[in-house]
Amino acid sequence: MADQDKKDPLLEKRTSRRSFLKNSGLTVGGLIVGGAVGTLIGKETNETKTTEDTNQAPTPQGTGNANPNAALMFFTPNQFDITNAAVERIFPADDNGPGAQDLLVAYFIDHQLASGWGTNAKEYMSGPFYPGEETQGYQSSLNRQEIFTVGLEAIEKHSTEKYEKSFLELSGEEQDAVLTDLQDGNVEMKGVSSNYFFNLLRSTTIEGVYADPLYGGNANMAGWEMKKYPGHQMSYFNMIEQEEFEEIAPKSLSSQHNH
Amino acid sequence: MATTLPKTDVVLIGVGWTGGILAAELTKKGYQVVGLERGKGRKTSDFIMVHDELRYALRYDLMQDLSKETVTFRNNEKMRALPMRQYGSFLLGTDVGGSGVHWNGQTWRFLPYDFQIRSMTEERYGKNKIPEDMLLQDWGITYDELEPYFDQFEQMAGISGEENPHGGPRSNPYPTGPMKHTPVMSLFKEACENLGYKPFTQPSANLSESYTNPDGIARAACQYCGFCERFGCEYGAKADPTVTVLPVAESTGKFDLRTHSNVVEILHEGNRATGVRFIDTQSGEEFIQPAEVVAVTSYVLNNVRLLLQSGMGKPYDPKTGTGVIGKNYAYQNMCASTTGFFEEREFNVYAGAGSLGMCVDEFNGDNFDHSDLNFLHGANIFLGQLGKRPIQNNAVKPDTPSWGAKFKEESVKYQNRSISFNAQGASMPFRYHYLDLDPTYKDAFGNPLLRMTYDFKEQDNEMSKFMASKTEEIMKEMGASEVIVAREKGPYNIVPYQSTHNTGGVIMGDDPNTSALNNYLQMWDYENVFVPGASAFPHNSGYNPTGTVGALSYRCAEGIDLYLKNGGSLV
Repeated sequence: MADQDKKDPLLEKRTSRRSFLKNSGLTVGGLIVGGAVGTLIGKETNETKTTEDTNQAPTPQGTGNANPNAALMFFTPNQFDITNAAVERIFPADDNGPGAQDLLVAYFIDHQLASGWGTNAKEYMSGPFYPGEETQGYQSSLNRQEIFTVGLEAIEKHSTEKYEKSFLELSGEEQDAVLTDLQDGNVEMKGVSSNYFFNLLRSTTIEGVYADPLYGGNANMAGWEMKKYPGHQMSYFNMIEQEEFEEIAPKSLSSQHNH
Repeated sequence: MATTLPKTDVVLIGVGWTGGILAAELTKKGYQVVGLERGKGRKTSDFIMVHDELRYALRYDLMQDLSKETVTFRNNEKMRALPMRQYGSFLLGTDVGGSGVHWNGQTWRFLPYDFQIRSMTEERYGKNKIPEDMLLQDWGITYDELEPYFDQFEQMAGISGEENPHGGPRSNPYPTGPMKHTPVMSLFKEACENLGYKPFTQPSANLSESYTNPDGIARAACQYCGFCERFGCEYGAKADPTVTVLPVAESTGKFDLRTHSNVVEILHEGNRATGVRFIDTQSGEEFIQPAEVVAVTSYVLNNVRLLLQSGMGKPYDPKTGTGVIGKNYAYQNMCASTTGFFEEREFNVYAGAGSLGMCVDEFNGDNFDHSDLNFLHGANIFLGQLGKRPIQNNAVKPDTPSWGAKFKEESVKYQNRSISFNAQGASMPFRYHYLDLDPTYKDAFGNPLLRMTYDFKEQDNEMSKFMASKTEEIMKEMGASEVIVAREKGPYNIVPYQSTHNTGGVIMGDDPNTSALNNYLQMWDYENVFVPGASAFPHNSGYNPTGTVGALSYRCAEGIDLYLKNGGSLV
C-alpha cells in the first residue's frame, strides 16, 4: 500500500511535466531545448510512451492536485522527495488513519523552513560560537534551512554508502535503518550531529501532522481526527464535567475567520 | 542627543503585573505615572486566532525576540557561559501585560514558613540542618503582615479557589468559588483522599463565574477552551493586567503608557535616582524621563540586568560573599513527573484551563517532618487539566520507540487515555548560583547580556526522589494500568521546558548587608527606587510565584505613596 502511494505522486508529476512541455512550446520537434526544465524532467521524456501519456494526461489547465498550498517554497524537488519518504517512516499510514505523506507533512516542513523559523530569525545567532556542554543547548551557527540541507544530503549519502541506492529506492525497513543510524548520531554530518537533525525532523513531522491545517499539513484535519482532537472550539463549559467521552468534529482556525 | 521630557511623579520600567498594579494604585491616589514598555500594546481582540498550538506554544509568538536579547548560561564557574540561543527551560515575556497575558493563572500565597524560613528552620531542626552554602534568609516581612495584600490581589483578579488546608490564615474567602471538577480531577481527588490526604481545587485566575472586582471591572467566566499557557485569553476570563489593572489606570487620566520605549539606563546622582533614559525602538530616538520615584517593574532577569548596567547597588561576588545585586538566584524544582496509562477509559482531556486542577499540599514547606530527610522545604503535588494539545502530547509506554508505526499507534491510542501530573518543588538559594553581566556576549544595542550561573543540587534531587514516591502512589491508587515516574534529577539543563519561575537577584530582607530592598521593596541604597517582582524573593517556594508577586506589588504601591508623602527610608 505504501509503495503504491509513493509511486503515484511521481507519476502525476511526470505526466504534468510532459503536458507542460507539450503546451508551452519549449520542445522543438519533440526534443528538449535545455535549461532547468530539461533537468527537471530527467531521462523519462526521451522514452516516449504515448499510450501511457494520453491515458494519464490531465487537463491542459493544471495538474491533478487542486490544493494550491501543495507547492514548494524552499525545498528543491529532490529535497522534498527525500523528506516525504522520511516523514512517512516516522509517521506511517496504518489502520488509525493516514500517514505523513497523505497528511502533506513534507509541504508543511517546506513552508516552515521558508519562514522566519527556518532562518532562526527570532533566535540569538550571534557569535562567538563555542561547542558548549549538553546543558547549554544549541550552539551551532547553522539555521534550520542549512541544517535540513546538510541533513538531507547526509541521508542520501548514508543510503548510498550502506545500500548502494538512493534513499528513495530503499525498502521501508532499509529506510528505517538509515533513520535509526541518523538518530543514534552515527551518521557523519557537518555543523550539527545527525541526532540533532533527526530530532528536528521528527518534531517537525509531528508538528506537520497536528498543527492547524492553515500551515499546510494535517490535511483535511485527518491528524486531529485520529486523536479525536476537536481542534479550535470556542467553549467546553457545558460538557467539561461529564463522565462520558465526547467526540467532537474538529474545526480549524479558518472556521473562525470567514469574512 | 537625548530629549528630556517633563518630570513625572513615578516612572515604571516595564508594564506587566507589577507595573500594572503600581499604575492602577498610584493613579487612583492622584499621582502622575509614566509607564515605559519596550514592546507593543496588547488587547483582548488580538486573540481571535489564538487557538493555534503551533504559533503560540511552539513558535513562542508572545515571547521576547531572542535575536535582540537573551541571557547567557553556565552550570558553574568552571564552564564558559554561552547564550541561550533558543527557548527551552523558561520563556521570556514581552509587550504590555508581559507574562501576565500568557500565564496559566495558577495563583498561590506562599506559606508563613516561607517568610521566616531561616528562623523557623533553625528553630525546628537546629542551625546545622541548613547546608553552609545555602543562603537561606528571612524575608523581612511576615505572612501576617503581607496577608492584606494577598487579599487585595485576589479580590482584584477574582481568584477562584478553595481554602488550602495547609495554607496560612485568610481574612477573606476567595472572591469566587472553585472551578468545575472534571472526571480526571475527581479520580485524583478520590485517590488522594484514600491515601489520607486533603486534596483541594487549585486557586485559579481563570474565573469560575462572571465577576466584578472592587475597581468595578467586570469579566466573563472561563470557557475551559484549553488554550491558556503561552496563549492570550480572548474572553478576558484569565486575569491579565490588560483587562484588570491597566484599564483602571487609564480611566484616571493620570497614566501615560508609552510603548516601544526600551529603558536602557536608570540615571542617578548620589543616593537618588533622577529618572531613566530610554530609546524609542521604532524611531531610534533617545529620551530622558525624569521622575520623583523610579519603579523597576520589568521581568526578574531584566530588573537585575538594568541595575547592574546602571551601576546601582553593590554587585554580588560569590567568592567574597559580599554585595547583593544578583544574589540568591533561584528557580523551580519541577520534579516527579508521573504518567499513568488507562486502557479502559477515554477522558475529555482536550478541554481544560490553565489553572484547572486538584492539589495536595501535605509535602510542601515545613508541613511535614524533615528530621530524617536530606532536603528542606517541599513541593505542591498537583494534577492540572490544562487542555491536552496534540503536538506536544504524545505519551507512549517506556519501551516504545519515539517514531514509526508503534509510536503512532500508541500516541494516538493514549492521547485521551493517559494522565500526567507532577510536583512543583521549592528552590533554595546557593552561594554560587547568581546573576551578573556577561563579559563576552551583547544584545542588539551593544549592551552586555545577563549571565546566569545555576545548577540542581542534592537538595533538589533528594526532594525529587521523595516526591516521586508520593506521586507514584497516587497514580497507582487512581487505577492506572502502567505508571511512569521520573525520579531523579540530572544537572540543570537549559534545553527542555521546565518553568518560567526565575526568582531572586534583587532580594528583600531586614539587613542591607545581605539584601537589596526593605519590606516595602524600597532599595536600601536609593530611597526613591522600588523593585517589586519575583526578583525580590530570597528563595522560591513550592508554588507558582505570581500570587506573592501581586501581594508584594500592592505592598510596594503603599510604600511609594508613603515615600512620596513623607520621603526617607520607610524601614
